[in-house]
Amino acid sequence: MDFADSPDEAAFRRSLRAWLAENNPGLPASSTADEYWDGQAPWHQALYDAGFFALSWPADIGGHGLPSVYEAIVDEELAAAGAPPRPSLGYLVQGMLRHGNDDVRRRFLPGIVNGRDRWCQGFSEPDAGSDLASLRTRAERRGDEYVITGHKVWTSYSDSADWCLVLARTDPAVAKHRGLSAFAVRMDQPGIEQRPLKMINGVTREFGEVVFDGAVARASDMIGAPGEGWKLAMTVVSHEREPGELGYVARYGKAVNELVARLRAEPERFTGEHVRDVAWAVVEAEMLRLHVCRRLSDRLDGVSHGPEGSVDKLLMTWVEQAVGHAALDVSTVTGGAEEDTWLRMYLYSRAQSVMGGTSQIQRNLVATRILGLPAS
Amino acid sequence: MDVRPSAEQRALREAAARLVDDLAPKSVAELGDAARAAKLDAALAGSGWRELRVPADGGAPLASAVEAAIVAEELGRGAADTTFLGPTLAAELRRRAGAPDAPSDAPETVLLRPDLAGLAVAEDGDALCSGVAVDTRGVASALALARSGDGHELVSVPVAGGSPGRDLTRPVAAVEGAPFERVPGAVRRLGAADLDAWTALALALTCADLVGTMRGAVRLACSYATVREQYGVTIGSFQSVQHMLADAFVSAEGSKSIALHAAWAADTLPPDKALDAAAVAKAYCARAARAVCETAVQVHGGIGNTWECFAHVHLRRAFLSTQVLGDVGTNLERVVARRGLGGVHDGLR
Repeated sequence: MDFADSPDEAAFRRSLRAWLAENNPGLPASSTADEYWDGQAPWHQALYDAGFFALSWPADIGGHGLPSVYEAIVDEELAAAGAPPRPSLGYLVQGMLRHGNDDVRRRFLPGIVNGRDRWCQGFSEPDAGSDLASLRTRAERRGDEYVITGHKVWTSYSDSADWCLVLARTDPAVAKHRGLSAFAVRMDQPGIEQRPLKMINGVTREFGEVVFDGAVARASDMIGAPGEGWKLAMTVVSHEREPGELGYVARYGKAVNELVARLRAEPERFTGEHVRDVAWAVVEAEMLRLHVCRRLSDRLDGVSHGPEGSVDKLLMTWVEQAVGHAALDVSTVTGGAEEDTWLRMYLYSRAQSVMGGTSQIQRNLVATRILGLPAS
Repeated sequence: MDVRPSAEQRALREAAARLVDDLAPKSVAELGDAARAAKLDAALAGSGWRELRVPADGGAPLASAVEAAIVAEELGRGAADTTFLGPTLAAELRRRAGAPDAPSDAPETVLLRPDLAGLAVAEDGDALCSGVAVDTRGVASALALARSGDGHELVSVPVAGGSPGRDLTRPVAAVEGAPFERVPGAVRRLGAADLDAWTALALALTCADLVGTMRGAVRLACSYATVREQYGVTIGSFQSVQHMLADAFVSAEGSKSIALHAAWAADTLPPDKALDAAAVAKAYCARAARAVCETAVQVHGGIGNTWECFAHVHLRRAFLSTQVLGDVGTNLERVVARRGLGGVHDGLR
């Protein structure tokens, strides 16, 4: 039981810290400004090329095959340097590693990992949110292809994506969970229209909706077997709920450091209530850092894809929203040019209890899958 | 970094859990069962776990704070009405002062200030010492400090009995103007770093007890929710009840992670950093524990508001663990001061 670095981990930390001193792109945290999305791909590629991304993923997809705990070191150092968090796409990688065949893994995963191929995720629909399995997008077999028709929404990064992981109904005759399959679909083809959605914080580059009207996917681009789409989706979302997979410890660490520095810069402008909110943001963010250390250590026994992600998602949401409330305080006090920066951080925090499964869905899962309470 | 428990730590947890499951009170009525409580006391005395912080050869403690926290958590889980926190913290004071071990047939505890937020201190020239001895079941004396130059000497006051306070499982005893004596054989005065390190250990153990308390409370409430029926179904099938219990469980999980770090830090980081880790953890765990135990009371409905329901035993135990070495506000103040925010409008005041 040791939170300290091993000699190898300490050496890795030193080299990352030295690299960050020269290569911090100075971007805001993701999701709080469109500026981030302009710089995200170069940041991903730079981090990868320098050897500081994909640390715990297998070598044959471009990873380093290191223990997951290295990801915790990356997050701590990114936060300490005030650098943007690492790109959040581990859930796609985990989904494809678990459900994709060798061909799919070989063709798609290296590009996802090294940041040369951009991906988005087409799961939710206007009429299929929490009840994802009721989705209506169809994929109909035509020779060696599937023809895809439907409407996806809350599709993060759809405007910059080369590929979309689409969940579609391939068998309308069976029970709703069993008739779904997953496809890798190229975004630059006729039959796809994507539109940005403007979030309440004004960001336009993160969120989108995608209409598929006769777009095609090769049959060989199905991820997993026909009918395995629901299982793949559950693997993906279980990891999408894990701060350790998302790299969000860095996100909150950076935000908290900025909040503390802001209060210290002009202490006379803030009240005890503001200090209290920032102190709780500090405590919450530290809790999540340590919780991720525990979760990533557990992965030394193997990656599990179970309901623990719902526990982590709720903890992460509480942290994000505590940080958000502190940011709202600072926004209110400071005004001027920085008012909007902090306000955007706060407003984005409201999405955290919805994205990746609402907090209410997470509580259902914790209650029934972990606490053993009967399904309602 | 690898924060998984070692094989020895897993075995220790299993042994502590077994002892608690066998001998800790299962009901409020069992709290009054003196024969059972005596067996629990004897089993804990026989386990040697009260001596985890006694020095081994070379002066380091027999076991780390992580092991002590494992025992504390399991005792908290079962609301075990036996003494552990007090003798453990007293042994740590003796170890730091280079004093011989307390005789094993006369366990001792610690004397805290009346608000329980720190050790009681007799000022220069005082002949008497006041405070509150905590966790006093079966103890005859309590350790406190007497200021001496720029440090503190370890002193001892007699403690008679004690009675249940807000916590029904761990009695406390008020000490008013008691004469104290220097602890024989204490060869070192305790400096600021010693007291920071000791406080870090104490906070880490109270966090562990709170984590155990939360686990016990969640388990109790879930058990009830799966048997109590209304509208023809168990109340645990209602989302409103499920969501309260899910939040309680998640709070306990977050607390477990932050408390684990505090326990590790207590023996590993420099005293000021260990104290910061402990303060961060205590603020989080203490805030969570009250909410979790209140949920356990609420899920029991009217029954939860009766003396016979065990839920308030967990809630009350959380109160004492919260107060010892500082509650939520005290520890949030520590967090604020350490981050240079103390001067911002006088911190939280």
